[in-house]
Amino acid sequence: MPEITEETVSHLANLARIALTPDEIAKLTGELSAIVHAVEAVNQVATPDVPATSHPIPMENVWRDDVVADQLTTEQALAGAPDHDGSRFRVTAILGEEH
Amino acid sequence: MADLIHMSAAELSSALAAREVSSVEVTTAHLAQIDAIDGNLGAFLHVNANALAVAEEVDAARAAGEPLHALAGVPVAVKDVLCTLDMPSTAGSKILEGWIPPYDATPVRKLREARMILLGKTNMDEFAMGSSTEHSAYGITRNPWDGDRIPGGSGGGSAAAVGAYEAPLALGSDTGGSIRQPASVTGTVGVKPTYGGVSRYGAIALASSLDQIGPVSRTVLDSALLHDVIGGYDHHDSTSIPTPWASFTDAARRGAASGSLAGVRVGVIKELDSEGFQPGVRAQFHATLEMLAAHGAEIVEVSAPNFDYAVSAYYLILPAEASSNLAKFDSVRFGLRVTPEGTPTVESVMSATREAGFGDEVKRRIILGTYALSAGYYDAYYGSAQKVRTLIQRDFAAAFDQADVLVSPTAPTTAWKLGEKLDDPLAMWLSDITTIPANLAGIPGMSIPMGLAAEDNLPTGLQIMAPAHADARLYEIGATIEALLDAQRGAPFHTLNPHFSAGGNR
Repeated sequence: MPEITEETVSHLANLARIALTPDEIAKLTGELSAIVHAVEAVNQVATPDVPATSHPIPMENVWRDDVVADQLTTEQALAGAPDHDGSRFRVTAILGEEH
Repeated sequence: MADLIHMSAAELSSALAAREVSSVEVTTAHLAQIDAIDGNLGAFLHVNANALAVAEEVDAARAAGEPLHALAGVPVAVKDVLCTLDMPSTAGSKILEGWIPPYDATPVRKLREARMILLGKTNMDEFAMGSSTEHSAYGITRNPWDGDRIPGGSGGGSAAAVGAYEAPLALGSDTGGSIRQPASVTGTVGVKPTYGGVSRYGAIALASSLDQIGPVSRTVLDSALLHDVIGGYDHHDSTSIPTPWASFTDAARRGAASGSLAGVRVGVIKELDSEGFQPGVRAQFHATLEMLAAHGAEIVEVSAPNFDYAVSAYYLILPAEASSNLAKFDSVRFGLRVTPEGTPTVESVMSATREAGFGDEVKRRIILGTYALSAGYYDAYYGSAQKVRTLIQRDFAAAFDQADVLVSPTAPTTAWKLGEKLDDPLAMWLSDITTIPANLAGIPGMSIPMGLAAEDNLPTGLQIMAPAHADARLYEIGATIEALLDAQRGAPFHTLNPHFSAGGNR
């Protein structure tokens, strides 16, 4: 596997939307390398003939009737929001100056 | 009558039904214990101000002759991972500080329908990521047996609350051992049901293919009573198992009464009977096996060679699923919002919020999960880990061909000192080696106290595992083993605690 650098971690932090500090990036770079090295062991037994298991108890096609139920009121839905205008969540500008 | 906080839920249920005590008296006694010791113990994040009012209603209903559930009026603590309408639900994270959900988690709703008394919300590692409860954003929880040691994790708050007689019962969540390992190190009982046995609706998700809600108590029967309340099908959770479950309470009572393990095949998993485990844990485990054999159990050695890869697979699957589940904390619909200086956009607000709101362990796992799911690495990491799950399921299937239940120490060690493993995440993760396989395979597992380790006088736990859907077998055999151990000891295990025994708090 390729070496994990600070650029790798910086890129991952951007994908994960976490504004890590330079100190955190440096620390995580070392930790991530050690962790990835340890967990790579799975490849010793995960041969092509073994099927993958996504859920431990197999289930397929879990349906329900298409009826409206268990609705929150607008007030309930907005109650925990950091900011709202009474009927909608209010967010910061979607586009920055560079867009 | 024993003093109220030292009674089991089953005893409280009988005393309440016979009107020997009121729910107000029982609830008052537990709130007084919380008030007296929790400032130091740190098991609760929030105490329910409404508990006594609900207890009064239950007492009035009983006085009026209304039919009541067996556990009506019995107090219970709730891990903070579960949404509650009237109490903050933070999952131990700053990003959800003060958040009051607009709905109850299904297991919580069922507690209320049984008219149990919700005492409050218990501490946990942030988003259930940890094995020591030291990763909570709201401070540590101490072990009731030794205040300088960890109570296990992530459900250290629920285990400590039950172990220190603040509550007879609690709810936990178990993704890789978060119910069973705290039970082991605090000398209590904890059960991870079959995946899908208890609804996760309203449980703040960590890793959706692993998470399961279950009971925490001081006796096997009490866990069975609570499991009967919270279990069963729920259309809100698509992974909920639709087939009905037999009474776990009946199974536990049957097991406790039998006194014999004749004809029971008990499988010892070779890979989880490691020479690397703490000597006092191994000694208790082998003494327990001898006791089981003396009471008729047939002890068989089984091998599960792929368990050697379980921790690696788990620490790919969990971070991958967690990185996806935790994407919902985007500063828009609930929780914290941090706005950076300059001309912020929704994305820079999101990044600043998650930087400020998540702790180190959560960031570590999100970054690892994001890496494991990255284009080009998905097959090598997440895909391979899913294949290991198949291999582990096959190991369990082969083992259950030879044995009715499988046993191991619940944890490789007793409770370690606070801070001891904080700087070494890999060492912390390896402490889950015994409990992780059951989550990967979806099977039920239980931890009951075995005895004290000779070198440190701290509790050790016996893990019992059964095939998927066979939770009743765990309660039946677990209750038999518990009764045999109690008879040998001459008293229930929890009475050995030098700080919180029947003589009072010391």
